[in-house]
Amino acid sequence: MSWILIVEQSLNGLQFGLMLFLLAAGLTLVFGIMDMINLAHGSLYMLGAFLAATLVQATGSFAAGVLLAIPATALLGMLLEMSVLRTLYARDHLSQVLATFALILILNEAVRIIWGPDMPLSVPAALSGPVQLLPGMVYPAYRLLIIGVGAAVAGALYLLVARTRIGMLVRAGASNREMALAMGVNIRRLFTLLFGVGAGLCAVAGALLGPLFAVQVGMGENILILAFVVIVIGGIGSIRGALVGSLLVGVVDTIGRAFLPLLFGIFFQPRVASAAGPAIASVLVYLLMAVVLYIKPQGLFPARG
Amino acid sequence: MLELKNLSKRFGGVVATDDVTLEVKRGEVHALIGPNGAGKTTLIGQISGSLGSDAGAILFEGLDITHAAQHARVRSGLARSYQITSMFKRFTVLDNLALAVQARSGSSFSFWRPVSAEAPLFDEARTIAGEIGLAGREAVVVAALAHGEQRALEVGLALATRPRLVLLDEPMAGMGPEESENMIALLERIRARITVLLVEHDMDAVFRLADRVSVLVSGRVIASGAPAAIRAHPEVRKAYLGEDAKA
Amino acid sequence: MGRAAPWIVLALALTFPLAMQAEHQTYYLSFASRIFIYALAATSLNLILGYGGMISFGHAAFVGTGAYVSSILLSEGVASAWIGWPAAVAASSLAALVIGAVSLRTRGVYFIMITLAFAQMVFFLVNSMKAYGGDEGLSLRERASLGLGVDLGSDFAFYYAALAALAAGLYGLHRLAHSRFGRVIQAIRENEERAEAIGFPVYRCKLVCFVIAGAAGGLAGALLASHGKYVNPNVLHWTQSGTLMMMVIMGGAGRLWGGVIGAAALLGLEDLIANHRVDWLAAIFPNYQQHASLGVGTVLLAIVLFAPQGIAGMLARKKHA
Ligand SMILES: Nc1ncnc2c1ncn2[C@@H]1O[C@H](COP(=O)(O)OP(=O)(O)OP(=O)(O)O)[C@@H](O)[C@H]1O
Ligand SMILES: [Mg+2]
Repeated sequence: MSWILIVEQSLNGLQFGLMLFLLAAGLTLVFGIMDMINLAHGSLYMLGAFLAATLVQATGSFAAGVLLAIPATALLGMLLEMSVLRTLYARDHLSQVLATFALILILNEAVRIIWGPDMPLSVPAALSGPVQLLPGMVYPAYRLLIIGVGAAVAGALYLLVARTRIGMLVRAGASNREMALAMGVNIRRLFTLLFGVGAGLCAVAGALLGPLFAVQVGMGENILILAFVVIVIGGIGSIRGALVGSLLVGVVDTIGRAFLPLLFGIFFQPRVASAAGPAIASVLVYLLMAVVLYIKPQGLFPARG
Repeated sequence: MLELKNLSKRFGGVVATDDVTLEVKRGEVHALIGPNGAGKTTLIGQISGSLGSDAGAILFEGLDITHAAQHARVRSGLARSYQITSMFKRFTVLDNLALAVQARSGSSFSFWRPVSAEAPLFDEARTIAGEIGLAGREAVVVAALAHGEQRALEVGLALATRPRLVLLDEPMAGMGPEESENMIALLERIRARITVLLVEHDMDAVFRLADRVSVLVSGRVIASGAPAAIRAHPEVRKAYLGEDAKA
Repeated sequence: MGRAAPWIVLALALTFPLAMQAEHQTYYLSFASRIFIYALAATSLNLILGYGGMISFGHAAFVGTGAYVSSILLSEGVASAWIGWPAAVAASSLAALVIGAVSLRTRGVYFIMITLAFAQMVFFLVNSMKAYGGDEGLSLRERASLGLGVDLGSDFAFYYAALAALAAGLYGLHRLAHSRFGRVIQAIRENEERAEAIGFPVYRCKLVCFVIAGAAGGLAGALLASHGKYVNPNVLHWTQSGTLMMMVIMGGAGRLWGGVIGAAALLGLEDLIANHRVDWLAAIFPNYQQHASLGVGTVLLAIVLFAPQGIAGMLARKKHA
């Protein structure tokens, strides 16, 4: 096991973790403030990726396409909030789960009707090569870009929530919903805006990850579950928890997949190792979540009580 | 019958109960009074087992139950009622009471035989309904009961578990004078067979019913004794009865 | 439903295959069997979700475990249903015991999410079982065999086997709901804290309920695998858990017939859209039949928003009105 591989996989983990944070941030705020489970969050990630793919095609520029996809997705998110999600705030979790599950079905089909099952979106030519990070170590330029953008957006979001007046309102909501509601009429608009921001973040993640995975119907479903794992580990409603949880899940998942099979190879016979290694690696984050909840049933950074 | 030894409970920075040592003797009505936020409900939670304790011990009939599960405490004869009414709202009065009777008679891990075939459960539930003044109201869904009736059923649910010691958390909260009289009459009837730890703000009721009174202020027991002694206790007058003594 | 209704439904179900004309028989018998199996799975979820108030988002784990255990036994040459199905039930019960023991310590959203996470774990584990097909799934040469001169390979016989399993499941739920245990479970759904405060061991009761539901789900899984002679990890995917929840809520949570009505309505609706062309609709929207889940999603959304009591709830309300 060379140190280069370790650094490289750590960077991959960081990159995935940052993208997870973009998804988890919106999810945890909505969850924390409105006590609302929104499974359709993953659909916004998918919509963001499809919109980006279309707009990149239309404009001929990766950057322009992605930058345009963000406000477009944010707008769709706000429309979704105003039309359906808003009516679910006062309902129980079960209704929220089912209604947003229905939205997944509807949005998946809508995307299939409009775009078909998938869309091409590839790494821009200028970034398709590797860069030399250290002597003897190269890393794909595009992944570095994701890390850079992810870190910048995550940092900005963190400051927004932790330092500004809007952030204060949001945090007040997360720890005291009644107080937030009592703060007046603007709170409705604040939630719509919040949804818009959440949807925009989904678009960033969807557009940036699109070239690495694939822009296809249903792409939001597995990553959505990971985002839920993140916020449950971090503590629902806590932006700090979401950040820590994202990085933890990103790194554990990536490192686990890369090294667990090797590690098993040291201790077990090859036949056992090649079967058990990937199996355990693929459930590592869920094990992590189960263990965290067993020890701290409210997650690592409980936002309430 | 019940001994609390140096019991404490903290919520984050708030010390709700602080080094509480208290004895409830068999057969008495022991009133626990104290201003709002004194820790009375917390103490009841600790005794009944819905809240864990940070320090101290609880002995019930000589047995250490500090770490026993709540349902196990109920089965050994220690029941509670709630300050804020807490029942099975969509069930009828009779079903509420029958459930409580079921909880202490026989196993609940019976999956096949219909409960409706168990006449004794419902007979006893009806008896209790009569005892708490809800005769004729058995078929009414709890959510449709008047406030006073709900309060009566709240206590009835605790009594239906046939406790030897019952912890009543402000049974008269929100009751009108007539309903309060009914509740006092009910407590007078049960005191012969059940030991009572009574949390109550209604001083009139407390001094009519209590054999002994303990005063909790800021989580600490500042006085414990006969009603007359408590009434005269200077610290109690200052800390708590001050505003109430004239009334 | 009235007292006679269940018997009428049963009589109809029993005579249905005889009334089928030979040309349509295979298709409809197979479709009806699928409904029965999903109805059993949804009914088992209804026990914990509707009666017990435990919002488990991982029920596919138990259905899937049952499906895989019975399929693996079949592929290893253990053909008897008398071994394969009990083994599936036992494995699913064990899975429910382990998952429930951990999950039931949490509350609310955390419970929803931890059950989901456990189901994902089972999903990925099965996905990586290369010896049994991995993500490609496992094809079976034949269905489990029942012996006694019954050939489950025939859709006719399988139909009755699935019907019997569903009928047994429903009758079991009916008995359970009115038993001591059933009343405790429903009391816990209403007010968990008070249930503990009048002396019920709440955690243990919920766990037992969870295991019973897991066992019944496992049987449904075993039937499902035999029915299609094929199983793949998608039976364990979280969207399957969502589909089962959808059936329960559509049909009516906490109502005896909820799971059955929901399964029939959902699968029926899918079939209706995909296989029965409506000309005027096709004129407006040519490919609509390929997008059945758009219709299903819309109906589900409408039910959640406007009729949260489900179809069984609406029927019951009509009767009272
Ligand atoms: N679950 C909890 N979390 C945090 N603090 C709590 C909790 N329960 C009670 N407290 C605090 O503990 C203290 C004691 O509360 P408690 O309800 O026991 O008082 P009480 O004597 O019953 O008051 P009252 O007469 O109003 O019923 C209060 O300061 C209260 O705010
Ligand atoms: Mg109180």
